[in-house]
Amino acid sequence: MSRPAGEPPRRVAVTSPRTAAVRRPPGRAALRALDEQDRVGELLVRSLVRAQLLLALRLLTVLAVLLGGLPLLFAVVPATRDVVVAGLPVPWLVLGVLVYPALVVGGAVHLRLAERHERDFVELVERS
Amino acid sequence: MTGTGLALAAVALVVVATIGIGVHGLRLARTTSDFLVASRTVSPLWNASAIGGEYLSAASFLGVAGLVMAYGVDALWYPVGFVAGYFVLLLFVAAPLRRSGAYTVPDFAEVRLGSPRLRRLCALAVVAIGLLYLVPQLHGAGLALRETTGAPVQVGAVLVAVVVTVNVAGGGMRSATFVQAFQYWLKLTALAVPVVFLLLAWSADGRPPLAPTTSPVFAERTSVQVDDDVRFGVETPVDVLVDGRPRTLAGAQDLRAGSTVVFPAGAAVPHVEGLAPATGASWARPLSGAGGVEHPLYATYALVLATFLGTMGLPHVLVRFYTNPDGRAARRTTLGVLALLGAFYLLPSLYGALGRLYVPELLLTGRTDAVVLALPVAALSGPAGQLLQALLVAGAFAAFLSTSSGLLVTTSGVLAQDLLPSDRAAGLGRGSVRRFQLAAAGTGAAALGLSLLAGTLPLTQVVGLAFAVAASTFCPLLVLGIWWRGLTVAGATAGLLVGGGLSAAAIGLTLAGVADGGWPAALLAQPGAWTVPAAFAVMVAGSLLTRRSVAADVGRTMLLLHAPEGLDLPDSSTVRRP
Repeated sequence: MSRPAGEPPRRVAVTSPRTAAVRRPPGRAALRALDEQDRVGELLVRSLVRAQLLLALRLLTVLAVLLGGLPLLFAVVPATRDVVVAGLPVPWLVLGVLVYPALVVGGAVHLRLAERHERDFVELVERS
Repeated sequence: MTGTGLALAAVALVVVATIGIGVHGLRLARTTSDFLVASRTVSPLWNASAIGGEYLSAASFLGVAGLVMAYGVDALWYPVGFVAGYFVLLLFVAAPLRRSGAYTVPDFAEVRLGSPRLRRLCALAVVAIGLLYLVPQLHGAGLALRETTGAPVQVGAVLVAVVVTVNVAGGGMRSATFVQAFQYWLKLTALAVPVVFLLLAWSADGRPPLAPTTSPVFAERTSVQVDDDVRFGVETPVDVLVDGRPRTLAGAQDLRAGSTVVFPAGAAVPHVEGLAPATGASWARPLSGAGGVEHPLYATYALVLATFLGTMGLPHVLVRFYTNPDGRAARRTTLGVLALLGAFYLLPSLYGALGRLYVPELLLTGRTDAVVLALPVAALSGPAGQLLQALLVAGAFAAFLSTSSGLLVTTSGVLAQDLLPSDRAAGLGRGSVRRFQLAAAGTGAAALGLSLLAGTLPLTQVVGLAFAVAASTFCPLLVLGIWWRGLTVAGATAGLLVGGGLSAAAIGLTLAGVADGGWPAALLAQPGAWTVPAAFAVMVAGSLLTRRSVAADVGRTMLLLHAPEGLDLPDSSTVRRP
């Protein structure tokens, strides 16, 4: 982290996650490429960022359609505003209750897939 | 013990517990890093609870129920947006932000773009959003204390401001983390237990319909105490007693603070000026504009945009990610927060719905923010109602204290780091504890001053404005900064100025009451729908125009933001995680 010149470094607790990893001698091609950000290294990072961004955008689209589409549905098909299931008005059921577990499930899916992308990336880099 | 005594005891208990846990944390806090970021030794469960505790403000604990009571099902988009905002944050920001090592948005701006000037601009925006969010917290504290004890409205605000400032200046973030984790669970309990008794009371009363075909009526002869001057409309003339004297109310009526009105059983509840009476059926139906909302479809989408995208830009939310040990933990913590917040927001709408039956007079006085606190005493007779009210007051004060603490820690941290002039000779060098304490005292005093000056503000709507500013400034900066190599200093600066300027102007014009109705009022009251796209567009266009100034080492920064933990980069690497 850079800071304006002429200031003493702020004291921070150093808890680098790398200290826990097994030390390997530097010299592996992909690792060096990453570190030096040459063409190969840049391509590697670009592919990871693209994969994660596509994942986030896909889940955002699901959110936009399912949740963001609700007001539009209510507006375009007025009958949906008064639907009642088991004595409970559906708009209240969806917006007051169901939306919350749905968001947790969506979050869990993202967590799983994002970590899978990261594992694939680490494997790709370390294998080379 | 009287209801007032119980309420005071509950407030005292929460304040003492807050200070107690703070002092316990203080004994553990030794260095500046302890003060500011809890040394990053906070476990995920503590962290998720602390985020929940900090995030659930007066607007959530009191305001959401009040909005549901006044405006019906459309108000549920507020809590939905408050939670969905964390979902969007998880998708786009959580792990990369933690990996950047940034503590605040100004830090992020400097890590990503390396511009001290942009850093200071971000710091200014943090202070503005922080104050905009602090004021309604203090305001809510005043309301809550008056509702339950009759104390003047300034007392609660001063109490919360003083406790929080002393606690934050004394213990910093370390103590704040434990205090806030405790306060999440207190708030959940305080809202969950009374609702069980309220629903039992409603059942015992024969389950009167929550959404009847009429607008709210006084179920029995009701005496209404007017605490503030109020103007309201009476649709059908009604014979009442004003301060003991018979009078017929019709049309627009004014009542002085301190007067008491007795309505007969079955009379329709007059509504405060600006709030249109709605039948239960219209109140329960989406997009009906219940309460007099203009252009409800636009208002809903603007609110959705502001809350979904604004959460990531709230200063006290972002800081919490720094207390996670790494990017993976940041994601896991965020998922935990989604679950904790979802559980909490199941409850406020029940209070809002029951409020229309048991305390409809709040629609007359315009104090629907008090519905959560007023319900137990109205629906349950005797000590049970008073005990539950005391529990709710405790929860409400937990909300004021925790959110204000978080905001104060962050705002004064940024103020000390980036905006106050440096004077090392006086022991006020950048990063010194004393400097942070001075900034905390200054911020606390400023927020208190503003909240005493401000008139009656609906809690959740003011908080909604803070979301709109955050969504129009920091959301584009974070999202484009994390995912797009092409962002430049010039583009980011232009986007921040346009987004922040437009949303601030809209808020100013709304508070000044410039637009009377129709589209201008709707656009200004919920500016998110046009200010967020404008900020994104300007940021992208500005960056494309200054494409040549993209930093040569942007690849390294992207690696820093996105490289997973466990990747064994050589020790000589310049990509170091702070």
